Amino acid sequence: MTHVLRVNPIACVGHGICAELLPELIEIDEWGYPIVDTRPVPPWLERETHRAVAACPVLALTLQHAERRK
Amino acid sequence: MSDTQAQGQRTTASDRPVGGSLRLLPPVQGATERLSAHLARNGQARCRGTALVRAVGQAGLTGRGGAAFPTDVKLAAVAGASGRKAVIANGAEGEPGSVKDAVLLRHVPHLVLDGLQLAAEAVGATEAYLYTGAWLAGWVRQTLAQRADDVPVTVIEAPPRFLSGQETAVVSRVSGGLSLPTFSPRRVSERGVNGAPTLVQNVETLAHLALIARHGPDWFRQLGTPAEPGTTLVTVNAGGRRTVTEVELGTALADVITAVGTAVLIGGYHGTWLPMTTALSLTLDNRALRRHHAALGAGVLAVLPRQACGLVETARVTRYLAAESAGQCGPCLNGLPRIAAAMAELAGPRPRRGTVQAVERWAGLVTGRGACHHPDGTARLVRSALTVFEVELGRHANGRCSATTHHPVLPLPRAEEMPLTDEDWL
Repeated sequence: MTHVLRVNPIACVGHGICAELLPELIEIDEWGYPIVDTRPVPPWLERETHRAVAACPVLALTLQHAERRK
Repeated sequence: MSDTQAQGQRTTASDRPVGGSLRLLPPVQGATERLSAHLARNGQARCRGTALVRAVGQAGLTGRGGAAFPTDVKLAAVAGASGRKAVIANGAEGEPGSVKDAVLLRHVPHLVLDGLQLAAEAVGATEAYLYTGAWLAGWVRQTLAQRADDVPVTVIEAPPRFLSGQETAVVSRVSGGLSLPTFSPRRVSERGVNGAPTLVQNVETLAHLALIARHGPDWFRQLGTPAEPGTTLVTVNAGGRRTVTEVELGTALADVITAVGTAVLIGGYHGTWLPMTTALSLTLDNRALRRHHAALGAGVLAVLPRQACGLVETARVTRYLAAESAGQCGPCLNGLPRIAAAMAELAGPRPRRGTVQAVERWAGLVTGRGACHHPDGTARLVRSALTVFEVELGRHANGRCSATTHHPVLPLPRAEEMPLTDEDWL
């Protein structure tokens, strides 16, 4: 089952922890907010991805099934 | 009640509310169609319920609020849900350049309210809402009192904000919250008003639906193009006036725009500037407009007259759009004011080098990163301005401007009407 990362932009306040834990898929813009790679998460990054999702202090980062849009 | 009273501060004395009509607006222009006249002109609905959902699909009706989403797909999604359901007629019309929803509610309220009842019946909703500006809410309540509707309709006032009509903001306000966009992985057709599956349709879409219920899909397809059937209301902003006209989809833009100018803004303040020569060669339908990265949106067209500067006008609108951001999403909250400040610099003499590149970078950075499409639409507007007014950018770089007047062209609310506190979103 492939997953995609999604950020709730209203909940996100730019702690930046996700980008520290998962720099392969998340970078921080010039204002401190995450730019998330929304392509399916590759299998070799699943562990790190789950860790980044769990680490978000406001639960703004989620993993969704790839086929479910929006 | 005169038109100017009905539309309150939204309509200036110079507005000509109705320019032409084909199907939606009454034959006697300027008058309100009373219930008896409405029934005499349009008759009773013959097609209802699930048969109406099919007919709407065969007709090819799409949403007239801006997104042009197939109406039957939305109807079917809510019809297929179980439990308590709701329908909202969206007449918020937050676009300063649009008055077509106000004209519809003012002139043919019964057609809209019929559409709301038929849609509620078709999806099995037991509650219905009509969401519109404060200056029209009393008028609609008065009209509702003359009717004997099966599904009770509650009128909810929309605050005068650009984003008031955004689908999730509408659901939030109708649920008793602020008129702000929300973020949810579930669509409003799954979880809408207080959790109930909800159908949100623009008031014009409901008026078309009410006519399809009477005359059928074949009649609907007699006008328009095979890919985009039917008619649509447009608000043409030209010469300081906003004129609402009903046109066939696929009509030559040259027939719709008669004013002289250098460029046309198509699709409102989330729309796209096109040079006048390009615009006049196109037809008014999304298939033709898409090739030029434009879309019809809610049907707002605005002509830039020769004596005005496209950069100055775009900078004014961008400042307004930045102020109208809900301020909920980081990229929009941070990016839009920076884009607006840079556009203001480009609108003035001798902007700093790299300002165009900064706007382009920020436009890319905000796109797709909000809970709603406000950052995307603002980015679209400024990018099209940088392309269409490229020659003007060069003049400004040399300290010149082709404007011969500083009189503002595109309609905007006054600066003191910008949102500051939560109460401004109620």
